[in-house]
Amino acid sequence: MSDTALPLATKLKDAVPAAPLMPLSVRDLTLRFGETTVLDGLNFDLGSAGCTMIMGPNGSGKSLLLKLLHGLMAPTSGHIDWGGQDPQAVTKRQALVFQKPVLLRRSVAANIDFVLKTRGKDRGRRDALLDHVGLAHKADQPARLLSGGEAQRLALARALATDPEVLFLDEPTASLDPASVLAIETIVRDARNRGMRICFVTHDMGQARRMADDVLFLHGGRIAEHTAARDFFCEPQSASAQNYMDGRLVV
Amino acid sequence: MQSIGEAFGLALQLVASGDGDLLEIVLLSLRVSLTATAVACLIGLPIGALVAIGRFSGRGAVLIVMNALMGLPPVVVGLVVYLHLSRSGPLGFLGLLYTPTAMIIAQTILIAPIVAALSRQVLEDLHAEYAEQFRSLCLTRLQTVQALIWDARYSLLTVGLAGFGRAVAEVGAVIIVGGNIDHLTRVMTTAIALETSKGDLALALALGLILLVIALGVNAAVQSVRMTAARHAHV
Repeated sequence: MSDTALPLATKLKDAVPAAPLMPLSVRDLTLRFGETTVLDGLNFDLGSAGCTMIMGPNGSGKSLLLKLLHGLMAPTSGHIDWGGQDPQAVTKRQALVFQKPVLLRRSVAANIDFVLKTRGKDRGRRDALLDHVGLAHKADQPARLLSGGEAQRLALARALATDPEVLFLDEPTASLDPASVLAIETIVRDARNRGMRICFVTHDMGQARRMADDVLFLHGGRIAEHTAARDFFCEPQSASAQNYMDGRLVV
Repeated sequence: MQSIGEAFGLALQLVASGDGDLLEIVLLSLRVSLTATAVACLIGLPIGALVAIGRFSGRGAVLIVMNALMGLPPVVVGLVVYLHLSRSGPLGFLGLLYTPTAMIIAQTILIAPIVAALSRQVLEDLHAEYAEQFRSLCLTRLQTVQALIWDARYSLLTVGLAGFGRAVAEVGAVIIVGGNIDHLTRVMTTAIALETSKGDLALALALGLILLVIALGVNAAVQSVRMTAARHAHV
Protein backbone atom coordinates (compact mmCIF):
# COMPACT_ATOMS: atom_id res chain seq x y z
CA MET A 1 0.00 0.00 0.00
CA SER A 2 1.46 3.40 -0.92
CA ASP A 3 1.75 6.04 1.75
CA THR A 4 -0.82 8.22 0.07
CA ALA A 5 -3.37 5.41 0.22
CA LEU A 6 -3.26 5.25 4.01
CA PRO A 7 -6.44 6.47 5.67
CA LEU A 8 -6.07 9.94 7.14
CA ALA A 9 -6.75 8.72 10.67
CA THR A 10 -3.90 6.21 10.45
CA LYS A 11 -1.52 8.83 9.18
CA LEU A 12 -2.50 11.21 11.95
CA LYS A 13 -2.13 8.53 14.60
CA ASP A 14 1.36 7.69 13.35
CA ALA A 15 2.29 11.31 12.96
CA VAL A 16 1.31 12.38 16.47
CA PRO A 17 2.70 9.94 19.02
CA ALA A 18 0.99 9.86 22.41
CA ALA A 19 2.71 11.86 25.11
CA PRO A 20 5.34 9.69 26.85
CA LEU A 21 4.54 7.87 30.10
CA MET A 22 7.95 8.62 31.57
CA PRO A 23 9.22 10.09 33.78
CA LEU A 24 7.41 8.43 36.66
CA SER A 25 6.87 10.34 39.86
CA VAL A 26 5.65 8.57 43.01
CA ARG A 27 4.72 10.63 46.03
CA ASP A 28 3.74 9.47 49.54
CA LEU A 29 2.53 6.11 48.19
CA THR A 30 0.93 4.15 50.99
CA LEU A 31 -0.90 0.85 50.94
CA ARG A 32 -2.66 -0.58 53.96
CA PHE A 33 -4.64 -3.75 54.47
CA GLY A 34 -6.70 -3.09 57.57
CA GLU A 35 -4.24 -2.30 60.34
CA THR A 36 -1.24 -3.58 58.39
CA THR A 37 0.82 -1.02 56.47
CA VAL A 38 2.41 -2.79 53.50
CA LEU A 39 3.91 0.23 51.74
CA ASP A 40 4.63 3.24 53.85
CA GLY A 41 4.92 6.64 52.17
CA LEU A 42 7.16 5.83 49.19
CA ASN A 43 8.72 8.73 47.27
CA PHE A 44 10.79 8.13 44.16
CA ASP A 45 11.22 9.12 40.52
CA LEU A 46 12.14 6.97 37.54
CA GLY A 47 13.78 8.44 34.46
CA SER A 48 12.72 7.82 30.92
CA ALA A 49 15.05 4.95 30.05
CA GLY A 50 16.75 1.93 31.52
CA CYS A 51 16.11 -1.03 33.77
CA THR A 52 15.21 -0.50 37.42
CA MET A 53 15.71 -3.57 39.58
CA ILE A 54 13.35 -3.62 42.54
CA MET A 55 14.86 -5.66 45.34
CA GLY A 56 14.26 -6.44 48.96
CA PRO A 57 13.44 -9.33 51.27
CA ASN A 58 10.19 -11.30 51.04
CA GLY A 59 7.23 -9.29 52.28
CA SER A 60 8.89 -5.93 51.64
CA GLY A 61 6.12 -4.99 49.17
CA LYS A 62 7.91 -5.39 45.81
CA SER A 63 5.12 -7.23 43.95
CA LEU A 64 2.46 -4.96 45.41
CA LEU A 65 4.45 -1.93 44.28
CA LEU A 66 4.47 -3.31 40.71
CA LYS A 67 0.71 -3.86 40.81
CA LEU A 68 0.15 -0.33 42.10
CA LEU A 69 2.37 1.16 39.39
CA HIS A 70 0.56 -0.93 36.74
CA GLY A 71 -2.84 0.22 37.98
CA LEU A 72 -4.05 -3.22 39.06
CA MET A 73 -4.56 -1.93 42.59
CA ALA A 74 -5.44 1.42 44.09
CA PRO A 75 -3.22 2.86 46.83
CA THR A 76 -4.64 3.76 50.22
CA SER A 77 -3.11 7.21 49.74
CA GLY A 78 -0.47 8.99 47.69
CA HIS A 79 0.06 9.70 44.00
CA ILE A 80 1.49 7.87 41.02
CA ASP A 81 2.11 10.21 38.11
CA TRP A 82 3.05 8.69 34.74
CA GLY A 83 4.19 11.72 32.77
CA GLY A 84 1.00 13.56 33.65
CA GLN A 85 -1.11 10.99 31.79
CA ASP A 86 -4.66 9.98 32.71
CA PRO A 87 -4.21 7.10 35.23
CA GLN A 88 -7.08 5.21 33.56
CA ALA A 89 -5.23 5.08 30.25
CA VAL A 90 -1.83 4.13 31.63
CA THR A 91 -2.32 0.38 32.19
CA LYS A 92 -2.97 -0.24 28.51
CA ARG A 93 0.43 1.20 27.61
CA GLN A 94 2.23 -1.13 30.02
CA ALA A 95 2.58 -4.90 30.42
CA LEU A 96 3.21 -7.10 33.44
CA VAL A 97 4.80 -10.55 33.42
CA PHE A 98 3.84 -12.43 36.56
CA GLN A 99 6.09 -14.76 38.52
CA LYS A 100 3.79 -17.67 37.63
CA PRO A 101 2.68 -17.15 34.04
CA VAL A 102 -1.07 -17.38 33.46
CA LEU A 103 -1.45 -19.00 30.06
CA LEU A 104 -4.72 -19.56 28.26
CA ARG A 105 -5.86 -23.14 27.70
CA ARG A 106 -4.95 -22.86 24.05
CA SER A 107 -1.99 -23.47 21.77
CA VAL A 108 1.18 -21.40 22.07
CA ALA A 109 0.31 -19.52 18.87
CA ALA A 110 -3.30 -18.94 20.01
CA ASN A 111 -2.03 -17.31 23.22
CA ILE A 112 -0.27 -14.68 21.11
CA ASP A 113 -3.16 -14.42 18.63
CA PHE A 114 -5.53 -13.67 21.51
CA VAL A 115 -3.55 -10.64 22.64
CA LEU A 116 -2.92 -9.34 19.13
CA LYS A 117 -6.64 -9.65 18.35
CA THR A 118 -8.04 -8.18 21.57
CA ARG A 119 -5.57 -5.28 21.46
CA GLY A 120 -6.18 -4.61 17.77
CA LYS A 121 -2.58 -5.33 16.74
CA ASP A 122 -1.31 -6.72 13.45
CA ARG A 123 -1.90 -10.50 13.69
CA GLY A 124 0.85 -11.13 11.17
CA ARG A 125 3.41 -10.40 13.91
CA ARG A 126 2.71 -13.64 15.74
CA ASP A 127 5.40 -15.76 14.05
CA ALA A 128 8.02 -13.05 14.48
CA LEU A 129 7.19 -12.74 18.20
CA LEU A 130 7.40 -16.52 18.73
CA ASP A 131 10.65 -16.60 16.80
CA HIS A 132 12.00 -13.77 18.94
CA VAL A 133 11.47 -15.79 22.13
CA GLY A 134 12.57 -19.07 20.55
CA LEU A 135 9.18 -20.77 20.56
CA ALA A 136 8.39 -20.87 16.83
CA HIS A 137 8.83 -24.66 16.78
CA LYS A 138 6.25 -25.05 19.57
CA ALA A 139 3.59 -22.85 17.99
CA ASP A 140 0.98 -25.61 17.71
CA GLN A 141 1.58 -27.19 21.11
CA PRO A 142 -0.77 -26.65 24.03
CA ALA A 143 0.63 -23.77 26.06
CA ARG A 144 -0.02 -25.55 29.34
CA LEU A 145 2.39 -28.32 28.42
CA LEU A 146 5.36 -25.96 28.10
CA SER A 147 8.23 -26.18 30.59
CA GLY A 148 8.59 -23.41 33.17
CA GLY A 149 11.17 -21.53 31.10
CA GLU A 150 9.17 -21.86 27.88
CA ALA A 151 5.97 -20.76 29.61
CA GLN A 152 7.70 -17.65 30.92
CA ARG A 153 9.12 -16.86 27.46
CA LEU A 154 5.60 -17.17 26.03
CA ALA A 155 4.30 -14.83 28.74
CA LEU A 156 7.08 -12.42 27.77
CA ALA A 157 6.20 -12.66 24.06
CA ARG A 158 2.57 -11.99 24.95
CA ALA A 159 3.58 -8.93 26.94
CA LEU A 160 5.75 -7.68 24.06
CA ALA A 161 2.84 -8.24 21.65
CA THR A 162 1.05 -5.31 23.31
CA ASP A 163 3.97 -2.97 22.42
CA PRO A 164 4.25 -1.68 26.00
CA GLU A 165 6.19 1.46 26.83
CA VAL A 166 6.83 0.09 30.30
CA LEU A 167 7.43 -3.60 31.03
CA PHE A 168 7.01 -4.86 34.60
CA LEU A 169 8.57 -8.20 35.47
CA ASP A 170 7.73 -9.83 38.79
CA GLU A 171 10.47 -12.37 39.50
CA PRO A 172 10.11 -13.90 36.02
CA THR A 173 13.12 -16.17 36.44
CA ALA A 174 12.41 -17.51 39.93
CA SER A 175 12.96 -21.29 39.91
CA LEU A 176 14.20 -21.39 36.30
CA ASP A 177 17.41 -23.07 35.15
CA PRO A 178 20.42 -20.96 34.05
CA ALA A 179 19.71 -21.41 30.33
CA SER A 180 16.12 -20.17 30.75
CA VAL A 181 17.31 -17.26 32.90
CA LEU A 182 19.81 -16.29 30.20
CA ALA A 183 17.12 -16.52 27.49
CA ILE A 184 14.74 -14.27 29.45
CA GLU A 185 17.47 -11.76 30.31
CA THR A 186 18.51 -11.57 26.65
CA ILE A 187 14.95 -10.79 25.56
CA VAL A 188 14.48 -8.19 28.33
CA ARG A 189 17.84 -6.57 27.57
CA ASP A 190 16.89 -6.34 23.92
CA ALA A 191 13.59 -4.67 24.84
CA ARG A 192 15.44 -2.24 27.10
CA ASN A 193 17.92 -1.41 24.34
CA ARG A 194 15.00 -0.64 22.04
CA GLY A 195 13.79 1.99 24.51
CA MET A 196 11.29 0.07 26.60
CA ARG A 197 11.32 1.10 30.27
CA ILE A 198 11.88 -1.97 32.47
CA CYS A 199 10.89 -2.45 36.13
CA PHE A 200 12.22 -5.81 37.24
CA VAL A 201 11.64 -7.46 40.63
CA THR A 202 14.26 -10.02 41.56
CA HIS A 203 15.98 -11.72 44.47
CA ASP A 204 18.88 -12.86 42.30
CA MET A 205 21.90 -10.68 43.07
CA GLY A 206 23.79 -11.86 39.99
CA GLN A 207 20.82 -11.02 37.80
CA ALA A 208 20.54 -7.59 39.37
CA ARG A 209 24.22 -6.92 38.64
CA ARG A 210 23.77 -8.05 35.02
CA MET A 211 20.59 -6.13 34.31
CA ALA A 212 20.34 -3.08 36.56
CA ASP A 213 20.74 0.54 35.59
CA ASP A 214 19.44 1.56 39.00
CA VAL A 215 18.27 -0.33 42.08
CA LEU A 216 15.27 0.40 44.27
CA PHE A 217 15.75 -1.47 47.55
CA LEU A 218 12.65 -1.93 49.69
CA HIS A 219 12.69 -2.93 53.31
CA GLY A 220 9.69 -3.17 55.58
CA GLY A 221 7.48 -1.32 53.11
CA ARG A 222 9.86 1.62 52.83
CA ILE A 223 12.56 2.59 50.38
CA ALA A 224 15.85 1.81 52.04
CA GLU A 225 17.85 2.92 49.03
CA HIS A 226 17.38 4.06 45.43
CA THR A 227 20.67 4.58 43.63
CA ALA A 228 22.48 3.85 40.40
CA ALA A 229 23.45 0.19 40.10
CA ARG A 230 27.19 0.81 40.38
CA ASP A 231 26.77 2.73 43.65
CA PHE A 232 24.37 0.18 45.06
CA PHE A 233 26.63 -2.81 44.51
CA CYS A 234 29.91 -1.06 45.41
CA GLU A 235 28.83 1.12 48.29
CA PRO A 236 25.35 0.40 49.57
CA GLN A 237 24.22 3.25 51.77
CA SER A 238 21.72 1.39 53.93
CA ALA A 239 22.53 -1.30 56.45
CA SER A 240 19.60 -3.40 55.28
CA ALA A 241 20.87 -3.47 51.68
CA GLN A 242 24.38 -4.32 52.88
CA ASN A 243 23.02 -7.14 55.04
CA TYR A 244 20.87 -8.39 52.19
CA MET A 245 23.84 -8.54 49.83
CA ASP A 246 25.98 -10.23 52.44
CA GLY A 247 23.34 -12.92 52.73
CA ARG A 248 22.49 -12.01 56.28
CA LEU A 249 18.92 -12.46 57.37
CA VAL A 250 16.94 -9.29 56.81
CA VAL A 251 13.60 -9.14 58.63
CA MET B 1 -49.13 -58.99 34.75
CA GLN B 2 -46.03 -60.66 33.36
CA SER B 3 -43.15 -62.17 35.28
CA ILE B 4 -39.94 -60.16 35.28
CA GLY B 5 -38.15 -62.66 33.03
CA GLU B 6 -41.06 -62.78 30.56
CA ALA B 7 -41.32 -58.97 30.51
CA PHE B 8 -37.58 -58.59 30.01
CA GLY B 9 -37.64 -60.99 27.05
CA LEU B 10 -40.56 -59.14 25.44
CA ALA B 11 -38.80 -55.83 26.07
CA LEU B 12 -35.66 -56.97 24.26
CA GLN B 13 -37.84 -58.17 21.37
CA LEU B 14 -39.54 -54.78 21.18
CA VAL B 15 -36.23 -52.96 21.12
CA ALA B 16 -34.74 -55.37 18.58
CA SER B 17 -37.75 -55.18 16.27
CA GLY B 18 -37.65 -51.37 16.19
CA ASP B 19 -41.31 -51.12 17.21
CA GLY B 20 -42.94 -48.02 15.70
CA ASP B 21 -44.66 -46.82 18.87
CA LEU B 22 -41.48 -47.31 20.86
CA LEU B 23 -39.44 -45.38 18.32
CA GLU B 24 -41.96 -42.54 18.24
CA ILE B 25 -41.81 -42.20 22.05
CA VAL B 26 -38.03 -42.28 22.12
CA LEU B 27 -37.69 -39.71 19.33
CA LEU B 28 -40.18 -37.32 20.98
CA SER B 29 -38.29 -37.66 24.28
CA LEU B 30 -35.01 -36.79 22.61
CA ARG B 31 -36.56 -33.90 20.67
CA VAL B 32 -38.15 -32.36 23.77
CA SER B 33 -35.15 -32.79 26.06
CA LEU B 34 -32.51 -31.75 23.50
CA THR B 35 -34.49 -28.62 22.61
CA ALA B 36 -35.00 -27.81 26.30
CA THR B 37 -31.26 -28.30 26.92
CA ALA B 38 -30.34 -25.99 24.04
CA VAL B 39 -32.71 -23.24 25.21
CA ALA B 40 -31.63 -23.69 28.84
CA CYS B 41 -27.99 -23.28 27.77
CA LEU B 42 -28.85 -20.11 25.83
CA ILE B 43 -30.49 -18.68 28.95
CA GLY B 44 -28.37 -20.22 31.70
CA LEU B 45 -24.89 -19.75 30.27
CA PRO B 46 -24.97 -15.92 29.94
CA ILE B 47 -26.55 -15.63 33.39
CA GLY B 48 -23.88 -17.91 34.84
CA ALA B 49 -21.15 -15.89 33.09
CA LEU B 50 -22.51 -12.55 34.30
CA VAL B 51 -22.75 -13.71 37.91
CA ALA B 52 -19.30 -15.35 37.65
CA ILE B 53 -17.44 -12.17 36.70
CA GLY B 54 -19.84 -9.56 38.06
CA ARG B 55 -19.43 -7.89 41.42
CA PHE B 56 -22.71 -6.29 42.47
CA SER B 57 -24.70 -5.81 45.64
CA GLY B 58 -26.99 -8.74 46.35
CA ARG B 59 -24.67 -11.17 44.53
CA GLY B 60 -24.64 -13.49 47.55
CA ALA B 61 -28.43 -13.67 47.52
CA VAL B 62 -28.42 -14.37 43.77
CA LEU B 63 -25.98 -17.25 44.34
CA ILE B 64 -28.19 -18.74 47.04
CA VAL B 65 -31.27 -18.51 44.80
CA MET B 66 -29.40 -19.96 41.81
CA ASN B 67 -28.13 -22.90 43.82
CA ALA B 68 -31.53 -23.46 45.43
CA LEU B 69 -33.25 -23.46 42.04
CA MET B 70 -31.05 -26.40 40.99
CA GLY B 71 -33.20 -28.55 43.24
CA LEU B 72 -36.56 -27.40 41.83
CA PRO B 73 -39.08 -30.23 42.22
CA PRO B 74 -40.29 -31.20 38.71
CA VAL B 75 -43.92 -31.52 39.81
CA VAL B 76 -43.88 -27.97 41.16
CA VAL B 77 -42.44 -26.67 37.89
CA GLY B 78 -45.08 -28.68 36.04
CA LEU B 79 -47.80 -27.20 38.20
CA VAL B 80 -46.61 -23.62 37.74
CA VAL B 81 -46.30 -24.03 33.97
CA TYR B 82 -49.73 -25.71 33.92
CA LEU B 83 -51.28 -22.77 35.77
CA HIS B 84 -49.81 -20.34 33.25
CA LEU B 85 -50.70 -22.33 30.14
CA SER B 86 -54.13 -23.56 31.18
CA ARG B 87 -57.10 -21.95 29.43
CA SER B 88 -57.76 -19.59 32.36
CA GLY B 89 -54.07 -18.83 32.88
CA PRO B 90 -52.22 -15.72 31.65
CA LEU B 91 -50.74 -17.59 28.67
CA GLY B 92 -53.78 -19.76 28.01
CA PHE B 93 -54.50 -17.95 24.73
CA LEU B 94 -51.37 -19.55 23.22
CA GLY B 95 -53.05 -22.96 23.35
CA LEU B 96 -49.81 -24.68 24.33
CA LEU B 97 -51.04 -26.94 27.13
CA TYR B 98 -50.65 -30.65 26.31
CA THR B 99 -48.24 -29.99 23.47
CA PRO B 100 -44.53 -30.84 23.17
CA THR B 101 -43.82 -27.08 23.39
CA ALA B 102 -45.32 -27.00 26.89
CA MET B 103 -43.05 -29.89 27.83
CA ILE B 104 -40.03 -28.06 26.43
CA ILE B 105 -40.95 -24.96 28.44
CA ALA B 106 -41.29 -26.98 31.65
CA GLN B 107 -37.98 -28.80 31.15
CA THR B 108 -36.22 -25.57 30.22
CA ILE B 109 -37.38 -23.98 33.50
CA LEU B 110 -36.20 -27.08 35.31
CA ILE B 111 -32.69 -27.22 33.90
CA ALA B 112 -31.82 -23.57 33.09
CA PRO B 113 -30.94 -22.99 36.80
CA ILE B 114 -28.72 -26.09 36.72
CA VAL B 115 -26.87 -24.79 33.66
CA ALA B 116 -26.61 -21.30 35.18
CA ALA B 117 -25.37 -22.45 38.58
CA LEU B 118 -22.88 -25.03 37.28
CA SER B 119 -21.52 -22.78 34.54
CA ARG B 120 -21.19 -19.95 37.09
CA GLN B 121 -19.01 -22.22 39.20
CA VAL B 122 -16.89 -23.34 36.22
CA LEU B 123 -16.40 -19.79 34.89
CA GLU B 124 -15.77 -18.27 38.31
CA ASP B 125 -12.99 -20.77 39.04
CA LEU B 126 -11.36 -20.01 35.69
CA HIS B 127 -11.85 -16.27 36.17
CA ALA B 128 -10.07 -16.45 39.53
CA GLU B 129 -7.06 -17.76 37.63
CA TYR B 130 -7.24 -15.36 34.67
CA ALA B 131 -8.62 -12.17 36.27
CA GLU B 132 -5.39 -10.36 37.11
CA GLN B 133 -3.79 -11.18 33.75
CA PHE B 134 -6.93 -10.02 31.93
CA ARG B 135 -6.97 -6.75 33.87
CA SER B 136 -3.33 -6.25 32.97
CA LEU B 137 -4.28 -6.78 29.31
CA CYS B 138 -7.16 -4.28 29.73
CA LEU B 139 -9.77 -6.63 28.28
CA THR B 140 -13.36 -5.44 28.09
CA ARG B 141 -16.01 -7.35 30.00
CA LEU B 142 -17.27 -8.90 26.75
CA GLN B 143 -13.76 -10.01 25.75
CA THR B 144 -13.30 -11.50 29.22
CA VAL B 145 -16.56 -13.48 29.04
CA GLN B 146 -15.81 -14.70 25.51
CA ALA B 147 -12.33 -15.87 26.50
CA LEU B 148 -13.62 -17.58 29.65
CA ILE B 149 -16.39 -19.41 27.79
CA TRP B 150 -14.01 -20.52 25.04
CA ASP B 151 -11.36 -21.78 27.45
CA ALA B 152 -13.97 -23.52 29.62
CA ARG B 153 -15.80 -25.04 26.66
CA TYR B 154 -15.10 -28.65 27.61
CA SER B 155 -16.29 -28.16 31.16
CA LEU B 156 -19.34 -26.25 29.91
CA LEU B 157 -20.19 -29.11 27.55
CA THR B 158 -20.34 -31.46 30.51
CA VAL B 159 -22.62 -28.92 32.22
CA GLY B 160 -24.95 -29.10 29.19
CA LEU B 161 -24.88 -32.89 29.26
CA ALA B 162 -25.74 -32.86 32.98
CA GLY B 163 -28.73 -30.66 32.15
CA PHE B 164 -29.82 -33.01 29.39
CA GLY B 165 -29.51 -35.99 31.73
CA ARG B 166 -31.81 -34.31 34.23
CA ALA B 167 -34.33 -33.31 31.53
CA VAL B 168 -34.62 -36.67 29.79
CA ALA B 169 -35.05 -38.54 33.08
CA GLU B 170 -37.70 -36.37 34.73
CA VAL B 171 -41.35 -37.34 34.72
CA GLY B 172 -43.20 -35.00 37.08
CA ALA B 173 -43.22 -31.85 34.96
CA VAL B 174 -43.86 -33.37 31.55
CA ILE B 175 -46.73 -35.54 32.71
CA ILE B 176 -48.56 -32.50 34.14
CA VAL B 177 -48.10 -30.15 31.17
CA GLY B 178 -47.94 -32.81 28.45
CA GLY B 179 -50.68 -35.08 29.65
CA ASN B 180 -49.01 -38.24 28.29
CA ILE B 181 -51.21 -38.22 25.15
CA ASP B 182 -50.50 -41.14 22.83
CA HIS B 183 -48.75 -40.09 19.59
CA LEU B 184 -48.62 -36.49 20.76
CA THR B 185 -46.95 -35.93 24.13
CA ARG B 186 -46.00 -39.40 25.29
CA VAL B 187 -42.34 -39.53 26.22
CA MET B 188 -40.28 -42.32 27.73
CA THR B 189 -40.71 -41.46 31.39
CA THR B 190 -44.45 -40.79 31.21
CA ALA B 191 -44.97 -43.95 29.15
CA ILE B 192 -43.05 -46.01 31.69
CA ALA B 193 -45.25 -44.65 34.50
CA LEU B 194 -48.44 -45.36 32.52
CA GLU B 195 -47.51 -48.81 31.23
CA THR B 196 -46.34 -49.91 34.67
CA SER B 197 -49.65 -48.87 36.21
CA LYS B 198 -51.48 -50.75 33.40
CA GLY B 199 -49.34 -53.85 34.00
CA ASP B 200 -47.72 -53.80 30.53
CA LEU B 201 -44.26 -54.29 31.90
CA ALA B 202 -42.68 -55.25 28.54
CA LEU B 203 -43.09 -51.77 26.99
CA ALA B 204 -42.19 -50.09 30.28
CA LEU B 205 -39.05 -52.19 30.61
CA ALA B 206 -38.10 -51.66 26.95
CA LEU B 207 -38.33 -47.88 27.47
CA GLY B 208 -36.47 -48.20 30.76
CA LEU B 209 -33.66 -50.04 28.98
CA ILE B 210 -33.40 -47.34 26.32
CA LEU B 211 -33.40 -44.65 29.00
CA LEU B 212 -30.57 -46.44 30.76
CA VAL B 213 -28.63 -46.70 27.50
CA ILE B 214 -29.11 -42.95 26.97
CA ALA B 215 -27.92 -42.28 30.52
CA LEU B 216 -24.88 -44.45 29.87
CA GLY B 217 -24.32 -42.69 26.56
CA VAL B 218 -24.45 -39.26 28.21
CA ASN B 219 -21.95 -40.35 30.85
CA ALA B 220 -19.68 -41.88 28.22
CA ALA B 221 -19.87 -38.59 26.30
CA VAL B 222 -18.95 -36.62 29.45
CA GLN B 223 -16.02 -38.94 30.08
CA SER B 224 -14.85 -38.71 26.47
CA VAL B 225 -15.08 -34.90 26.52
CA ARG B 226 -12.98 -34.84 29.71
CA MET B 227 -10.38 -37.13 28.18
CA THR B 228 -10.23 -35.02 25.00
CA ALA B 229 -9.76 -31.91 27.14
CA ALA B 230 -6.98 -33.59 29.12
CA ARG B 231 -5.30 -34.74 25.91
CA HIS B 232 -5.26 -31.19 24.64
CA ALA B 233 -4.06 -29.90 28.01
CA HIS B 234 -7.20 -27.85 28.47
CA VAL B 235 -7.58 -29.01 32.07
